[in-house]
Amino acid sequence: MAECHPVGFQWVMEAKARGAKLIHVDPRFTRTSALADVHVSLRAGSDIVFLGAIIRYVLEHEQYFRDYVVAYTNGPVLLRDDFRDTEDLDGVFSGFDPEGRSYDTSSWQYEGADDGGDDASAAKDAAQAESHGSGGAPVGEGEPRRDDTMQHPRCVFQVLKRHFSRYTPEMVEEACGVPQDAFLRVCEMIASNSGRDRTTAFAYAVGWTQHTVGVQYIRTAAILQTLLGNIGRPGGGILALRGHASIQGSTDIPTLFNILPGYIAMPHAHKHEDLDSFIEAEAATKGYWGNMRAYMVSLLKAYYGDAARPDNDFCFDYLPRLTGNHSTYETVREQMKGACSGYFLMGENPAVGSANAKMQRLGMAKLDWLVVRDFSLIESATWWKDGPEIESGELRTDDIATEVFFLPAAAHTEKNGTFTNTQRLLQWHHAAVEPQGDARSELWFMYHLGLRIREKLAASTDAMDRPVLDLTWDYPTKGRLAEPDAEAVLAEINGWGADHAPLSASTELRDDGSTTCGCWIYCGAYAGGTNQTARRKPGSDQSWVAPEWGWAWPANRRILYNRASADPDGRPWSDRKAYVWWDAGEKKWTGHDVPDFEADKPPDHVPAPDAKGPDAIGGRDPFVMQVDGKAWLFAPAGLTDGPLPTHYEPQESPFANALYGQLRNPARQLTDASGGHNLYHPSDGEPASDVFPYVATTYRLTEHHTAGGMSRWQPYLSELQPEMFCEVSPELAAERGLEHAGWATIVTARGAIEARVLVTDRVASLTVAGRRVHQVGLPYHWGPNGYSTGDAANELAHLSLDPNVHIQEVKAFTCDVQPGRRPRGRARLALVDEYRRRAGITEATGREP
Amino acid sequence: MPLDPDPATSVGYTDHPDRVGFFTDTTLCIGCKACEVACKEWNHVPDDGLKLTGMSYDNTVSLSADSWRHVAFVEQHKPVAQEDGGPGELRWLMASDVCKHCTHAACLDVCPTGSLFRTEFGTVVVQEDICNGCGYCIPACPYGVIDQRKDDGRAWKCTMCYDRLGVGLEPACAKACPTDSIQFGLLDDLRARAHDRVDALHAAGVPEARLYGHDPTDGVGGAGAFFLLLDEPEVYGMPPDPVVTTRDLPEMWKRVGTAAVALVGAAIAAFVGTS
Amino acid sequence: MTPPGGGGRGGKRRSGGEEPVVPKAEFTSYYGLPILNGPVWRSPDIPGYLFLGGLAGASSVLAAGAQFTGRRELATRTKVVATAAIALGAVGLVNDLGRPSRFFNMLRVFKPTSPMSVGSWLLAAYGPVTVLASATAVVERFPRVDIAATASAALFGPAIATYTAALISDTAVPAWHDAYREMPFVFAGSSATAAGGIGLVCAPGGQSAPALRLALIGAAMEAVAIRRMQRRMGLTAEPYQQGIAGRNMGAARSLTIAGAAAAVLGHRHRGVRALGGVALAAASAFTRFGVFEAGKQSAKDPRYTVVPQRGRLASLEASGPRPTS
Ligand SMILES: Nc1nc2c(c(=O)[nH]1)N[C@H]1C(S)=C(S)[C@@H](COP(=O)(O)OP(=O)(O)OC[C@H]3O[C@@H](n4cnc5c(=O)[nH]c(N)nc54)[C@H](O)[C@@H]3O)O[C@H]1N2
Ligand SMILES: Nc1nc2c(c(=O)[nH]1)N[C@H]1C(S)=C(S)[C@@H](COP(=O)(O)OP(=O)(O)OC[C@H]3O[C@@H](n4cnc5c(=O)[nH]c(N)nc54)[C@H](O)[C@@H]3O)O[C@H]1N2
Ligand code: SF4
Ligand code: SF4
Ligand code: SF4
Ligand code: SF4
Ligand code: SF4
Ligand SMILES: [Mo]
Repeated sequence: MAECHPVGFQWVMEAKARGAKLIHVDPRFTRTSALADVHVSLRAGSDIVFLGAIIRYVLEHEQYFRDYVVAYTNGPVLLRDDFRDTEDLDGVFSGFDPEGRSYDTSSWQYEGADDGGDDASAAKDAAQAESHGSGGAPVGEGEPRRDDTMQHPRCVFQVLKRHFSRYTPEMVEEACGVPQDAFLRVCEMIASNSGRDRTTAFAYAVGWTQHTVGVQYIRTAAILQTLLGNIGRPGGGILALRGHASIQGSTDIPTLFNILPGYIAMPHAHKHEDLDSFIEAEAATKGYWGNMRAYMVSLLKAYYGDAARPDNDFCFDYLPRLTGNHSTYETVREQMKGACSGYFLMGENPAVGSANAKMQRLGMAKLDWLVVRDFSLIESATWWKDGPEIESGELRTDDIATEVFFLPAAAHTEKNGTFTNTQRLLQWHHAAVEPQGDARSELWFMYHLGLRIREKLAASTDAMDRPVLDLTWDYPTKGRLAEPDAEAVLAEINGWGADHAPLSASTELRDDGSTTCGCWIYCGAYAGGTNQTARRKPGSDQSWVAPEWGWAWPANRRILYNRASADPDGRPWSDRKAYVWWDAGEKKWTGHDVPDFEADKPPDHVPAPDAKGPDAIGGRDPFVMQVDGKAWLFAPAGLTDGPLPTHYEPQESPFANALYGQLRNPARQLTDASGGHNLYHPSDGEPASDVFPYVATTYRLTEHHTAGGMSRWQPYLSELQPEMFCEVSPELAAERGLEHAGWATIVTARGAIEARVLVTDRVASLTVAGRRVHQVGLPYHWGPNGYSTGDAANELAHLSLDPNVHIQEVKAFTCDVQPGRRPRGRARLALVDEYRRRAGITEATGREP
Repeated sequence: MPLDPDPATSVGYTDHPDRVGFFTDTTLCIGCKACEVACKEWNHVPDDGLKLTGMSYDNTVSLSADSWRHVAFVEQHKPVAQEDGGPGELRWLMASDVCKHCTHAACLDVCPTGSLFRTEFGTVVVQEDICNGCGYCIPACPYGVIDQRKDDGRAWKCTMCYDRLGVGLEPACAKACPTDSIQFGLLDDLRARAHDRVDALHAAGVPEARLYGHDPTDGVGGAGAFFLLLDEPEVYGMPPDPVVTTRDLPEMWKRVGTAAVALVGAAIAAFVGTS
Repeated sequence: MTPPGGGGRGGKRRSGGEEPVVPKAEFTSYYGLPILNGPVWRSPDIPGYLFLGGLAGASSVLAAGAQFTGRRELATRTKVVATAAIALGAVGLVNDLGRPSRFFNMLRVFKPTSPMSVGSWLLAAYGPVTVLASATAVVERFPRVDIAATASAALFGPAIATYTAALISDTAVPAWHDAYREMPFVFAGSSATAAGGIGLVCAPGGQSAPALRLALIGAAMEAVAIRRMQRRMGLTAEPYQQGIAGRNMGAARSLTIAGAAAAVLGHRHRGVRALGGVALAAASAFTRFGVFEAGKQSAKDPRYTVVPQRGRLASLEASGPRPTS
């Protein structure tokens, strides 16, 4: 966190100053470790074992927050008797279909709730998980059976106990390479700092997510935090430290293919014929997702204004339909196949930043046109004349038909708008200067592009053009450049009622077309017609929750599910941790933050059996986005690769799975061999796995930013980390004859790169399964362009993705390292070929379930 | 030498602002180098060249004409006597170094042109329009701070953002430091704060915490920029017991005088009794 | 290449190969890098100036002596030597500054705390009178002016010859600062040796005796001062015996002995005498270059900064520590 969120890290330092203990779990000893009380170095890709073992510790030692678990989680709920756990099936759950590499989730359901769940294979290729990400995965109707003593062998709690029973301290040592005493120290620190009076927070970022089991990493932490009662309470939670300044905002108002603003699923072709069938299929009947129709209709009104009427389904037909997985990596495959012919790159440098960067370039080389909007001539804009494939002769500039447009972009300092940070906090930033020269903002570009397209289509009578022509496309513009007014966009996102007065909360949204709202979770950001996100009242002038700094979705709530900070009867679990509570006198919820609960719903409220939507949530059910208002220790729906986290080895690993016969995540999403450009290494137990004996992991440096477009062109940053390097332990250096500050060549079946060598004790060699394993640390910031140049780590990475969110596994793959610089030109390819031969790699390698 | 005279007063400022300085608490440093970058941005200092040194994450190497802040990185195994630190634990020390703005500043004393001067804030600043590149201040500095810019021959160093102080702003590096490892303020306050911090660390079981440059009785009369370190100063590239060279200058002049007389004596002796 | 984890014990010595006479003290450093920024002054400009200034200053004294003991030729010639030397030296100084115009900044202020400032003013005073003294002597007119100029040149001369000792000692450079007690005498002696030596070369028959004596006395003074200096300094004397510095100092020693011997034994023969004179002057030059290089070497190696300061602190500990933290 000190490395990648240095400004945010100041608050960790504040916490430390107040006595908080800081634990850092990372294969490398980083700048964060340097400031931590405890640093645990583990093998990249083994965290589920580590976290799972903490869960076991908490269960075995009765350290979980029982009252919280019984009341607020699905721990007491009984599962169907046909459910089979990984315990029973040696590493897979019931319902697995090896051919489709996917699960039928019906056997994961609660007993008593009739068949719910969703067809996971569909969920998988559309990655509906993201929409479930904000809660609302459907489960069956009817009251599931519970056992509040949590003794019943089929209750979630007991299943959980059994599931994690093999995640022992011995296993942590065996699989993670972490000594047991170090592990137990962490367990004690966390357990002793949780409960009524204390809470523990987890912060993570892509060290946890960039795995073929990335989502399950987070699930493991979520289960642990739920058991410890650390969710919905001050000082608790699982904090996703986000990436680009507004990457949270770009999922709320998504740049993702499969969701609409506010995590509403994108409709599927054939599956969702009309609005009703869509709502029917996607909306939950209980909880706040029960109001999905209101959110959707208001969104359509924002898109299509008066054209959206009840009689035409509010133009639901206008929305594009999904025909499958259109994630970025799938799109690259389509490009290579010639099925995708145009591409906008607005704030992205995939020729360096995306896993298997070569495929990205080969894909772009098949395009008809490519538009790159950026500050400088990044690799993604110049690969056609000076990319690695030009050097190797694989591509000839003359043969590339792609027409490349480079359009200078305005920087955040040159435009108004909001950043949404990891805390869901919208903060307004004001333009400090006007963009130079031809540089324009995204808002300008999109708006004026839209105007021109509509101009061209104006005369059209083709029904196909209606969705574009009927769009409300009328933002006021300002100044010399005719820059659209960003605040007008915020107002539209916030939405208004029939009287055109700004709405103040999503609870005001209606499904009859009388309200418009561009993103239901942002409703209230422009309440009262004032820009709530621009508020900057100093912390010293307001309460410690600081509600008047910016605006947090939903409803300016700073902690989600905060009803859980009070006990079932509405009393704070402890004075020290009091946050929101039920005021019996006033008959309403009150406290330091905006209660995440219907203000006047008493703790003893029992919903009517036929109640729908929010009304169906009981007075003791804090997790109001969930259909049952409970935190899920066991996820009967919403995940494509299992209801409980299970340790699988990464796609490429020098080790067999120490816990199960099942080696890799059976539901992982594999990209095809792509004409020999996406080959996998054999793992332990498979022939010639020793050709790639080392674990490579990629990461960031404070001094640079991601694919380098914002740092490698800056002399002041480049001089601080002037060259691509790899970090290796003295042991590995000795084994391979690597010289400190000398050169090394790192090879995989995808490519070979060179890097300067830093020999350092900060990258530990570990003893795993009785063997020494060496890890190779690779920053991924470099590429051939800019002021500071170097090879891109992503030339080495393969495409095998998490099945829920399609994230690449760049945190743990295997490689070999040799001293010296890499060969040039064709010889570079020859080296890779030779390695492939030696490892006996075919297109089938590593692809069995 | 008088004990910690206010340097501004001692050069004749009347009703000047209180002396300001830096307390750099290296136990709070996360090595983000924001201080280095902020300094260069604000003061238009050129980049120092692109060279990977292999010195951990330090590619700036040292303070120089083109680096007025320098963050040192030291990877070491140390028996750290923390409640949860076993012996031989890996430590990664990070420390942001800067001009010390000495109470008794050798660079200033030896500057023949008056280019280096003492500001009303008690800091030491080079005037680039007066510096003639004689280079004398450079070997005079006991900390190896001020340095010559090769292309123009003149000497450059931290000004403690004299221009910002003038308008009531804190120095750029301190402003940019996310963890308050660099603390700017009135020197007296900082010294008090630093002592408390060391006591707190000792109480928390960090016996190796120590102050450096805070002491008005040291060889430079106390530094205007002082530090809290976790190891010996030389480990971070700082002298353990710097002394302002001009402390011995009176004695030097005496001996020069005697030697000059001796030379005359030698000459006389060379003539007496010769025909 | 520096291995990871700076602050390695024992440090890594970058400079000269020879074994130091003083046993290596254990010390830590930051990747073996120097703590100090060493002198940026260039050679031969600055060591050259140290030598020429000395030669000039002492020659002016010799000249005065000669003039007032009625040795006109010797006087005139040594004055010319002084003028030439100081002129050449000044060229070296200005050249080191880069731009000539920059020299005038030196005269913006007078700072007794800055030997360079003092020196600049000395030079400003000494230069003209020396030129005047030689000019009048050469044209053999304005006798009063001649006397006045010669006298004042002889007055400033010794200062010009010795202030440079303060100039270099008044730095943090270990081999220079630690030497400040004896350095003025080393320079005074070395100046006498140089002036005497050149005096021997240009002295007309029968007038060389004073030059010889001056050279011998100077050589003796220099030798004694250097021995005392190195004895007292301890570790920081090491650089004087190593690398280029060591070789220069060695050359100076041998040339002094050889030159002195030649000058004394071959006193009767003009040629031998002159040869001895040249050797003695060269010895003086080598001393200055040696001292200059020793300073640079001592600044480059953190050991010479750290170890003595550690020692100082240790003894300070012993005699009750000063308040820390
Ligand atoms: N200075 C700077 N800041 C940034 C960025 C930048 O490029 N530069 N990028 C921004 C973006 S886009 C993002 S997404 C965030 C990312 O922020 P982070 O996730 O912190 O960034 P990374 O360095 O990629 O990964 C973090 C750590 O994960 C460790 N790691 C690798 N594999 C594993 C594993 O299997 N388990 C565990 N526990 N740890 C592992 C790596 O050693 C690394 O230290 O940072 C944001 N902030
Ligand atoms: N091996 C490996 N690969 C990784 C990762 C890893 O950890 N390891 N991390 C992954 C992660 S988390 C991320 S987020 C990606 C990042 O990868 P990319 O997003 O491809 O890389 P960036 O350099 O962040 O690209 C952002 C570009 O946007 C430009 N830009 C900045 N502001 C603006 C703007 O306002 N408008 C426009 N038009 N352009 C702008 C910048 O100049 C920069 O070139 O990398 C991913 N790839
Ligand atoms: S770069 Fe921006 S987002 Fe990242 S830490 Fe600095 S201020 Fe925060
Ligand atoms: S540290 Fe050096 S440069 Fe800074 S004031 Fe002291 S002597 Fe001058
Ligand atoms: S270099 Fe400039 S600042 Fe330094 S002493 Fe000479 S004139 Fe003064
Ligand atoms: S005070 Fe100003 S000049 Fe000095 S280091 Fe900090 S930013 Fe640079
Ligand atoms: S800005 Fe602060 S934390 Fe960052 S390197 Fe400088 S001193 Fe350390
Ligand atoms: Mo990211």
